[in-house]
Amino acid sequence: MSSIVFDEIEKSYGATAVLKKVSLSIADGEFMTLLGPSGCGKSTLLRILAGLELQNAGTVSIGELPVDGIRPKGRDVAMVFQSYALYPHMTVGSNMGLPLRMRRLNAWQRLPVVGRLLPGTHATTRDIAAEVAKTAEALGIGHLLDRKPGQLSGGQRQRVAVGRAMVRHPAVFLMDEPLSNLDAKLRVQMRGEIKELHQRLGVTFVYVTHDQAEAMTLSDRVAVMLDGELLQVAPPQRIYADPDDRRVAEFIGSPKINMLEGIVQEHGRVAVAGATLNSAIGCTAGTAVSVGIRPEALHLDPHAGIESFTGSVRLVEHLGSDLFVHLDLAGQDTRLIARLLAERAPHISIGQTLHLASDPERILFFDANGHRIRRDHETRAASVAQLRELA
Amino acid sequence: MSVTRSGPAITADSRTVAPVPGRAARVMTRPPVVAAGQGLSAPAAIIRHAVLLITGVLILVPFVWMVSLSLKPPGEIFRASFSFFPQQWYAVQNYTRALTEAPLPQYMLNGFVVCAVILIVQILVCAPAAYALAKLEFKGRHLLFGLVLIGLLIPHQVLALPLFILGYQFGILNTYAALVFPFVVSPFGIFLFRQFFKAIPDDIVHAARLDGLSELAIVWRIMVPMALPAVIAFSIFSVVSHWNDLFWPLIAVRDENLMPPSLGIMAFKNEEAGNDYGPLMAASTLIVLPLAVAFIAAQRWFIEGLTTGAIK
Ligand SMILES: Nc1ncnc2c1ncn2[C@@H]1O[C@H](COP(=O)(O)OP(=O)(O)O)[C@@H](O)[C@H]1O
Ligand SMILES: [Mg+2]
Repeated sequence: MSSIVFDEIEKSYGATAVLKKVSLSIADGEFMTLLGPSGCGKSTLLRILAGLELQNAGTVSIGELPVDGIRPKGRDVAMVFQSYALYPHMTVGSNMGLPLRMRRLNAWQRLPVVGRLLPGTHATTRDIAAEVAKTAEALGIGHLLDRKPGQLSGGQRQRVAVGRAMVRHPAVFLMDEPLSNLDAKLRVQMRGEIKELHQRLGVTFVYVTHDQAEAMTLSDRVAVMLDGELLQVAPPQRIYADPDDRRVAEFIGSPKINMLEGIVQEHGRVAVAGATLNSAIGCTAGTAVSVGIRPEALHLDPHAGIESFTGSVRLVEHLGSDLFVHLDLAGQDTRLIARLLAERAPHISIGQTLHLASDPERILFFDANGHRIRRDHETRAASVAQLRELA
Repeated sequence: MSVTRSGPAITADSRTVAPVPGRAARVMTRPPVVAAGQGLSAPAAIIRHAVLLITGVLILVPFVWMVSLSLKPPGEIFRASFSFFPQQWYAVQNYTRALTEAPLPQYMLNGFVVCAVILIVQILVCAPAAYALAKLEFKGRHLLFGLVLIGLLIPHQVLALPLFILGYQFGILNTYAALVFPFVVSPFGIFLFRQFFKAIPDDIVHAARLDGLSELAIVWRIMVPMALPAVIAFSIFSVVSHWNDLFWPLIAVRDENLMPPSLGIMAFKNEEAGNDYGPLMAASTLIVLPLAVAFIAAQRWFIEGLTTGAIK
């Protein structure tokens, strides 16, 4: 059992609060990603979980036991660092074997020369070497065991770092932006390997990244962090389609979600950027709301309708299957970005006037504080989904 | 350092490959002094080499003279004309007398023992202290480091009297311990190691803690091996200064059997050799020899250690 619970974790460096009452539960065997822009406190939370840093308040539990007083060594967690943190003076084999040596040999047996003569050292050392070789083979670095980290490529170092974490079969795997030092192609490849590793080992993974593509492809659930706060914890699809907070909606998705400012009218209609949307949200008339529309929720409308946005094309970006159309809205100083299927919109030219409309179900409304305003049936659906996740 | 190393390269550049544009552009990015040398070409290079040569000669001459004198008979030593090689070889006599008339081997053995013990204890003390100052968070860390810096500024001669009294109280005067104890804590060593350790990423320390290393294991298995150039540079400093130290042994020991080489030479000169400089110079040569050999062997690390420490 290695579920993880953060209970109201607070951390500050001097006067700056880095983590503000962060609470999060991670199930046994789950792949949880902490996603957020750099500097939001992701690594700090991970270091607190590993015991490398002490929180100012709150409790961390691993496998239902509080681990606050326990040193990193005793927590049965292994970590892969962004910089890999390999020991440059040791060979790959020694790097990977060190955690096992420290656990299986006693202090005398680890002594440079004397240790080798003590009973048991030889057999244990041989077992360790065999295990290291097996792990290295599994990672495809078996032929590199005698090299020093300085002689390896970035991708190889990354594998050694994973190997050093894997070799002692920890209950929890922590990864702090393990792919950010790799080039784009290798990153995609390693992403797949990490996913496979998780499926093969079946242990709890806590993965930190600022890259939403990694978070979306790898995770069972994503915890979106901003400025030391957890904004939403949900499966990737829900984070994307059903964000709780304006900041989550804006952080996830590329190109960024279109945010327009609107005013609620009679009968739940919302006047926004020259269009009037049938929102069905229960706000009183005159309330200011933000309207979020993902670029791919927009589609071409042949005629100007009451719910469509009209503007002139400023820029067209072709991406093969899709194209991004940047529209300057008529009489507004806002720009709308739409992602259209290339075969449906082959004729768009710059300066042309277009009408774009959105499927009403895919429009997101946020109040002045950035909280999501859900329609009644959405609220129900969201709570059902949450209940299912908890079960 | 950069001047000595790049000097010859520049002369070669200016004569042969200067017209290649890429080369010229690369030279321009070097420090201004060197770039000017490139512009002025031959005369400036000659002046620079002349200056370096003269400095080198000034430093080397006494040493060469010492070796030369150690080869000569008494009659030739005070001749007005100088030649490196003697007309009459007297090396065997001088070196034999140096080794036999005073207990020179004993002095050198004392030097070895004292220097080795000092160095080992210094590293044993400095590395953990430097690690604490570089990587651990605790109250008063900055104050402690400030004290180390102050310690760096105090010449040990100033402390001689208090140390002498301390040695007297401990009852260790006129023993090996007396020669060692003032140098057990080296502020310079702590400072140098701390600068090096500080440059090692925190992630390495974190990884080591997760791998199960204790703090002391991190010092000895991770930090010290990673800072090996600093350790070697410090070792050379330490050994050279204590091998050559005259001031403290003069105060701390009176027994001839405990005297280190430099003090031994003094005793040698006063009692045995008188004005007989040949054996004295032979003894001096023998005493300098181990240092010279060790330095040349470790030169690469020594320079690396100093420059890396200076940059980071
Ligand atoms: N040891 C430290 N001392 C002071 N401030 C720190 C320290 N470690 C992190 N911080 C600050 O805490 C904030 C969060 O850091 P971090 O957890 O590394 O962010 P992330 O991993 O999300 O990029 C940053 O603003 C950073 O400057
Ligand atoms: Mg980070």
